[in-house]
Amino acid sequence: MPRPIRVLIAKPGLDGHDRGAKVVALALRDAGFEVIYTGLHQTVEQIIEAADQEDAAAIGLSVLSGAHVPIARRLMEGLRAAGLEDKLVLFGGNIPARDVPALEAAGVHGIFPTGSRFEAIADFIRQRVEAAHHLAA
Amino acid sequence: MAATVNDVILESGIPINPVYGPEALAGIDPTGDIGQPGEFPFTRGIHPLMYRARPWTMRQYAGFGTPGETNSRFKFLLDHGQNALNVAFDLPTQMGLDSDDPLAEGEVGRVGMAVDSLADLEVAFDSIPIDKISVSLTINAVAAPVMAMYFAMAEKRGLTLAQVRGTAQNDILKEYIGRGAWIFPVEHGLRLIGDTIEYCARYAPKYYPVSVCGYHIRESGANPVQEIAYAFCIARAYLAEGLRRGLGVDEFAERLSFNFDIFGNLFEQVAKFRAARRLWARLLRDEFGAQKPGSLQMKMIAGGGGGGLTIEQPENNIVRGAYYALISALSGAQTMALCSYDEAYTIPSEKAALLSLRTMQLLMDEMGLCDTVDPLGGSYYVEWLTSEMERRILAEMKRVDGEMGGIVAAVRSGAVQREVAHQAWQVEQGLQSGAIPKIGVNRYRQEEEPPVVALHEYRPEQAEEAIRRLQAVRSGRDTAAVTAALAQVREAAVNGQNIMPATLQAVRAYATLGEITHSLKSVFGVFREPVRL
Repeated sequence: MPRPIRVLIAKPGLDGHDRGAKVVALALRDAGFEVIYTGLHQTVEQIIEAADQEDAAAIGLSVLSGAHVPIARRLMEGLRAAGLEDKLVLFGGNIPARDVPALEAAGVHGIFPTGSRFEAIADFIRQRVEAAHHLAA
Repeated sequence: MAATVNDVILESGIPINPVYGPEALAGIDPTGDIGQPGEFPFTRGIHPLMYRARPWTMRQYAGFGTPGETNSRFKFLLDHGQNALNVAFDLPTQMGLDSDDPLAEGEVGRVGMAVDSLADLEVAFDSIPIDKISVSLTINAVAAPVMAMYFAMAEKRGLTLAQVRGTAQNDILKEYIGRGAWIFPVEHGLRLIGDTIEYCARYAPKYYPVSVCGYHIRESGANPVQEIAYAFCIARAYLAEGLRRGLGVDEFAERLSFNFDIFGNLFEQVAKFRAARRLWARLLRDEFGAQKPGSLQMKMIAGGGGGGLTIEQPENNIVRGAYYALISALSGAQTMALCSYDEAYTIPSEKAALLSLRTMQLLMDEMGLCDTVDPLGGSYYVEWLTSEMERRILAEMKRVDGEMGGIVAAVRSGAVQREVAHQAWQVEQGLQSGAIPKIGVNRYRQEEEPPVVALHEYRPEQAEEAIRRLQAVRSGRDTAAVTAALAQVREAAVNGQNIMPATLQAVRAYATLGEITHSLKSVFGVFREPVRL
């Protein structure tokens, strides 16, 4: 049995709307992932530290306040500075289509706005993490 | 041969027959269970004439950017016939952070207006007659200091505390379950609720210090039965807190009100509200010994819920909003608010906010919703469903008390949060599989949709403006007075005295929300979230 892929689901900043984060966490757990959920009000630094300590292959952030672009920029810079650029980063929540290019430019790998299908999220993580393993092997 | 029909099971788990007749009313006492509007148990409404005497209040949630921008939106809504206000605060304000706090970066003025001190409230309510317009403050963890700011503003306008009307949301227990704007540990959050209830009962008797919110619990995933059950368990905890302060139940129970959610099955929601009124009256009379009619009457704002709106085909949300308003009127709500059709995307535009207001006005003036009280009362189906909902709400409340150790323990341990998250996950699976129909999402989906929603532009300059205003307040005030007042707040918090008098002194001296919250945090500490999936 291969070890399940570890995913950190995180709620950055002050936004307290965690329905989406918890539902995605439960969906991924049901799909066979090992899921760690941070809880609310995490700073970007806390999220990076948790991803490192938990040895998560992927980090999923849920933002509904509209502050996703500045948070994504800070997170990606922080990951690079910590030498953790190999982590797969996903953003979910209230993300209008017009903000997708800015998130991609910041280095976010997958963007799954409200209404995305769980299989799409699970497949994306699995394919990207497995592809990274093949490259590394 | 009998035709075969599909099974119908409501979101609350209630199976529904194709037809109901007189036999459905067996066991329902027309006097004791239904009764007259304005009389115990208030199933049909809390007033004898309801909307015929006074239509519902219209109170759209509004606020963004600077207090000046919010003031303009308030005036726009009032100019178009809205008769009450509901203030949206930005997340730093809700979390007790000043606009220049590093943790506030990127959030100042984003989802509501930024309030750092009394000076900001003065701008937000400039030339708005707060003696005539009742104002609801959507603030929870820091409701005590924001309420104090509102009281101080009223005083500066020559009103006495006894004259001040309005409502603070101030329902901290639901913040731990949904919405998440909590700061302090549960027992201290509850203590602050007690302080505000006690203070208002003694000095601001027309002010509603708490609006217990089933709304956000349902938005977080709860079904309609859980929504009412958890809200009532929370309300009971606040009643107990008031009693602990030595207040008689009839001295303050009538100033607790409710905020409930509307989306989903029309009849289930109407029955939910009728059942809730009846159950509340019974609880207050039988469990708390309340006698004053006001204490027994469940007053509510019932609004069209964001949870029912969709990103897909957003103009469908206009129609959904109209049905939600209809449900609210059929349910005897005192106050109505509707989420705007663009709210799944953005801060509502002026156009969308106006459409929501017009939706309520159309119902009020064209559709006959105000003509007669509780028009669905007496329907075999609705009366049966009302009784069924009441039974299930009561059973869920008993489950909280029995299996979860009461609502306070359930919130502290995360048991109720887990319950709600799992319900949300069930619903989400139903939506993704199509078992729960949602137009535009899993039925009649259109893959190529033209964008029709104009997005509210967040202006980073508004944060700079908020910080400039904050700095001007800090440099223009009597620093010694602020320091002394903050020490008093801290002392009251340490000694278990009501923090409201000291907090009022502090806000009058233009202490900032961040400073007051910091003083309280130094005594109370912060909540450690029980993360349970």
